[in-house]
Formats: sequence, structure tokens, C-alpha cells
Amino acid sequence: MYKAVTPADIAALKDILAPERVLSGEEIPVDYSHDELGGVSHMPDVLVTALSTEEVSAIMKYANAERIPVVVRGSGTGLVGAGVPIYGGIMIDLTKMNRILELDEENLTVTIQPGVLLMELAAFCEGHDYMYPPDPGEKSATVGGNISTNAGGMRAVKYGVTRDYVRGLTAVLPTGEIIKTGGKIVKNSTGYSIKDLLCGSEGTLAIITEAIMKIVPLPAITLSLLIPFPSMEQAIATVPKLVRCKASLVAIEFFETETILFSETYLGKRFPDTKAPAYLLLTIDGNEQAFIEREADKVSDLCLAEGALDVFIVDTEERKTSVWSARSAFLEAIKSSTTEMDECDVVVPRNRIAEFIIYTHELAQEFDIRIPSFGHAGDGNLHIYICRDALDEETWKRKLSEIFDRMYAKAKEFEGLVSGEHGIGYAKKDYMAEIYGEDTIALMRRIKAAFDPNCILNPGKII
Amino acid sequence: MKIIACVKQVPGTSEVEIDPVTGAMKRDTVAGKLNPYDLFSLETALSLAEQTNGTVRTLSMGPPQAAAALKETLWMGAESAVLLSDRKFGGADVAATSLALSYGIREMGDYDLILCGKQTTDGDTAQVGPELAEKLGIEHAANVTKVLDVTDHDITVEIDLDDAVEVLKMHLPCLLTVNKDANTPRLPSYVKKREMDGKEEIRVITFADIKNADENKLGLKGSPTQVERIFPPDKNKEKEMLRGDKEQLSGELYRILSERKFV
Repeated sequence: MYKAVTPADIAALKDILAPERVLSGEEIPVDYSHDELGGVSHMPDVLVTALSTEEVSAIMKYANAERIPVVVRGSGTGLVGAGVPIYGGIMIDLTKMNRILELDEENLTVTIQPGVLLMELAAFCEGHDYMYPPDPGEKSATVGGNISTNAGGMRAVKYGVTRDYVRGLTAVLPTGEIIKTGGKIVKNSTGYSIKDLLCGSEGTLAIITEAIMKIVPLPAITLSLLIPFPSMEQAIATVPKLVRCKASLVAIEFFETETILFSETYLGKRFPDTKAPAYLLLTIDGNEQAFIEREADKVSDLCLAEGALDVFIVDTEERKTSVWSARSAFLEAIKSSTTEMDECDVVVPRNRIAEFIIYTHELAQEFDIRIPSFGHAGDGNLHIYICRDALDEETWKRKLSEIFDRMYAKAKEFEGLVSGEHGIGYAKKDYMAEIYGEDTIALMRRIKAAFDPNCILNPGKII
Repeated sequence: MKIIACVKQVPGTSEVEIDPVTGAMKRDTVAGKLNPYDLFSLETALSLAEQTNGTVRTLSMGPPQAAAALKETLWMGAESAVLLSDRKFGGADVAATSLALSYGIREMGDYDLILCGKQTTDGDTAQVGPELAEKLGIEHAANVTKVLDVTDHDITVEIDLDDAVEVLKMHLPCLLTVNKDANTPRLPSYVKKREMDGKEEIRVITFADIKNADENKLGLKGSPTQVERIFPPDKNKEKEMLRGDKEQLSGELYRILSERKFV
């Protein structure tokens, strides 16, 4: 189906790039064969480091002509195997294309290369009194990767997701042509929105080599509230009421104490409160202290009326760090609590989230397996982890597959979707096909073929 | 156990403004917050009080707006708070501050233990705690990282001496300054805040309230130290990396140090 990489191909790539930026065979570190969680691994035959759009274009022209599969790689923090070269071939590492090219304060945009890390972009913007609102937990991910999965994060309730901040993209098509889509423009009714198609396409349609990202003025005050509840059901049942109360909420996060305890062990640091079984973590932002206090009082009173045990005020930098650093480490913390795990990044309408979590608890009991979860309760996106612990391989695979089937069936019943922000990649293809049905998948295949007639760019992913 | 926790309101940011005439820090230009170091000593105080069925009272010296920091200690679980506030206390250095605090503690009556943060984020001297103990004539230990044991008569603590850890058993009453990251401080409670509803009781002690106070040893007038200039320390980002075996490294290090006249 694909051409195997030959010494002549390696020599040709060394000609296109500098020889030291082309590694093959044993020279390639094993890290490049997998992501954080996808449950799939395969080594690329060649690993190349590209430094410019033109280099990426030249590589794609060569690969397309030779029918060699190509996979793009950022920080490798994906969770569904999207960045794993399952057919081998060429892997293009874009992490060295990591420059912030321009801050345009008149158009409120930042132009970046795809290898800029999320934490670098966030710090850069804050340093100039701006905010790049998308705030996924994995801060060492590249922004190119965030665009490719349409990452969401913890400010989505108020600010939306990565797609809402992509103004324009420069991309290399699988056939090597360089296109520009969108730009430093606020409005755009000019034809199909290719940038929106590329955003969330997990490196299957084109390779993003430059991005113009929208930024907003940095809010002067940010306040978080950590709210203990006597039960998970009460915590989560409060969420739709918070959504309805018209408060200026940036984040509504949900977690159970078991998850906090994993993170205490993982970080070696105590969380400020672990006395209650479940917590909501809210954030409010704005520019006036009086406004923030009014909003905080409103949501605090609401939570107390709904049975919250207290409302803890997280107002200073130190307090925010003590709470949010634990929140950001939840995934790694759960991972370190077990032998192996797989995840479900399901998204459901916000008013169904309580039912869905209760359902995962029922599954945990029925299958006698640990299923810790946490999530972006305010936007209906849950992160559910099925932990293998001491199960043997066969039982683990069987239980995992049955649990996934049941969860995604429930998501479908609730009119939810397979992934809120981690993507489909390799691991969730079947579940997406099941939810979307044949016609939509066929349309997606035709879109893929229009971009990539020889199907060389990240084959075997999404569809 | 009766505990007094000393706290200070510090500027909300690291950029502080200095009065060019007096050299004293202007405290009314930026929003204040509870000194981050005091959060750890306050947490130590509150958890010790829980363990021993004791009480925590908090004490601060500062302008009237420093009451906000004390209110926060009440929302965190302190029982009552005292603010030493008088123009005569203003502009104090570590000596005058610790004297004023010792007057305040005298007015507060019986105590078994006094807890202070290791230092503040504005002054950074780390001297007020130990000096206060001297003024009170009680034992003290600085850089406490852990309380190991407490009885009716003594307390056993672990202190961090950078290159060693020392375990000390001390008689009560005594004073401890608690290190950063010794624990995870609890958060202020909105429920407690709502219960108090702006009616937090903060006893204000002025100069006139203190018997036999020596005015000449208080405030700017009673401060032997005068601040000439205050500035954040330089952030040195330059690094030189030396490579080699032990002998090469030590030789090279000696050469550099003598070249720059450090040895």
C-alpha cells in the first residue's frame, strides 16, 4: 500500500534538509513511537526536524511523489494515538519551529510557529497584559497540537475552545502546496472555512506551519472558589444551576476527593482541603473588585443553598497555585496510581453530566473496576479513566472494551459525542463511526481524499 | 493550647513604592494581602489548636486597612484578632516593630505559643520573629518545618538548617517562625465570612492603650535602622557552565574566583 523507506529516500531527505536533521532506524529515540496514552505504538522509519514552511512543503512533495506516509509530531502529549506513525514512514518533528513571530496589538493577534508550547504562549501574552484564553491541562503541549485536536481546557465555559482563537493558518497540503486560510481578520464569509476544517483534523488534512491566534486583554482580577459538597451527586447537580444563574463564570470544574489524593501522592504536596467527597472549582474573572465580589457572593450563596459544605476563597497567587497545580496534574496522578489505563473524553449536554457520572459509577461497580473521573463540568466534557490495576491482560481488554461500548452508547443516548477535546486519533475511530453513522463518515472520507488524494498524511486516523 | 499568630499585610504585588523623604514603604498605594509566609505559620497554629482543643488569636501591626488581613485570619478559623494601629507605630524597623508587637502580646494576656511566618515578602528580613521572642524573654526557634510533638509543658519541632535538620524540644511558652511550604495552608471560608457579615471583631490597640510604652523606641523615631533604598534583588540569569573532572573543576573554579578577587 505504501512504499517502504529506502536508503535513497533517506539520502533525498538529507538533501532537502540538513543531514543532521534526518535520523533513521536505530538513531530515532523510542519516544517518537508513541504518545501519552493511545495504546498504540510504532516507530517511524525516518525522523526529520523541519525548520520552515518551505522545508515541510519540500518534504511533502517528495513523500507524495514516492507514496511514503507522513506523520507530524509536536510534544507527543496526545492521548488517542493521533501522532503515532502506525504505518512507519516519515515523521516530521515541528517542535523546533517554535518562535513567536509577532504580537499585533492593533489587531489583537499573536502569530506563532506551531511548535510554540502552550505555556510559552500563555506566559508571553500575560507578559504583555493579554490573555490567550484556551487553557488545556497539558501546558507542555504545542499550540500546533492544540489546534490539531481543537483542545478545550479549563476556561471554555466563558471563552470557548482553541478553534475560537484561530484567526488564520498557513498550512502545507499533503501534495506539497502551501495555502493560507483566514488571516488577521475578525469576520470572514469568504467561501468555505478551511481553517476551521484544519482545526481539529489531527494532522490528517494538512500540516499547520504558522498560526495567527486571537488574544484578549488580560482580566485584572481572577478569583477561584473551591466548593466542597457532601456527595458527588449534589456537586454535579449544582452545575446546571450555576450555568443558569448568569454569573460571569470562566471555569466550572468537577472532581472527587479520590482524584485529589492521587494528585497529593503524585505531586508530594497536600491539597488545601480533602474533607469532602466531591468538589466544584469555579473561576470568575473581571476588571472591577466590586463586580467580582458580587458575582462570587451570588454563586457562593447558590452553592450553599444547594447543599455545599462551605465555599473556600482562592484569591491570591499562592492559593491559586495550591489548588490549580493539583487540578492540572490529575491525569498524570491517576496514571501513576495504576498499572495501565485508558480514557474516555466524552462530551454530553451540560444538563446530562450528573447522570453520566453516576452511570460511570454504576459501571465501576458492575465491572468491579476503578473508574476515577474529573472534568470540565461547565462545558459537559468529562475525563473518565478506566484503571487496569491488577487485572490480567485478557480480562482487562475484555472489560475495557465492554465499558467503552456501554459509555459511548450512553453518550449517544444523551446526544453527546465521543470526544470533547482529546480527539479521535487511532483509539476512538470505531466509536465515532458508531455515533456519526455512515453518511457522515463517507463525507469525511471524501473531504480527506480532496486534501490528500494518495492518503499519505497521517493515514489510519480519525476515519 | 493558647496560640497567638502574628501576621502582616503586605503589598499585593512585588512592586512597592518608597516614600522618598522618610524611606518608609508607602502602604496605601497597592492592594494588600496576607503575607504569604504567614499562611504557613497560621496553618500550623490552626492545626495545633485543633489537635489540642486550643485557640488561635491573631495579631498584626499596621495602618487601619491592615484589618482586612486580620479579617481573613478570622475567615480561616482564628478566634479573634488584634490590630496595633497608631501613627506613633508607623515607619518602624524590625526593632521598633518587635517592641510594639511585644506590647500588643502583653495586652492580649496569657499564651503558650507564638507563631510567626519566617519572613515577609516586603521586608524580607526574617528578624521580627526572633527579636519579638527576645523582647518577650521567651525561647524561640526559626525555620521550623514540622511540629513533632506537643505536651502541656513543651513542644518538639524540626528545624531546617540548610545542610542539616535539627530536632529541638523547647519549653512553653515559646516562639516559632515557620518555614515556607511547611504545610498546605487552609483557604478562607466564605461561610465564616458570611456569618460575620462585615462585623468581624477586631480589637484595635493604640499607643494610648499601652501602659508604660516608651514612645522613643517606637515607630520611625524609635528605629535605629533607616532604609536608604529598597529594591528587588537583581535577577541574575547569566550562567557559566564548567565541565571536567573534580580536579579540573576545582582548579577552574579557584582561578575564576581569584581572578574576580573573591578569594
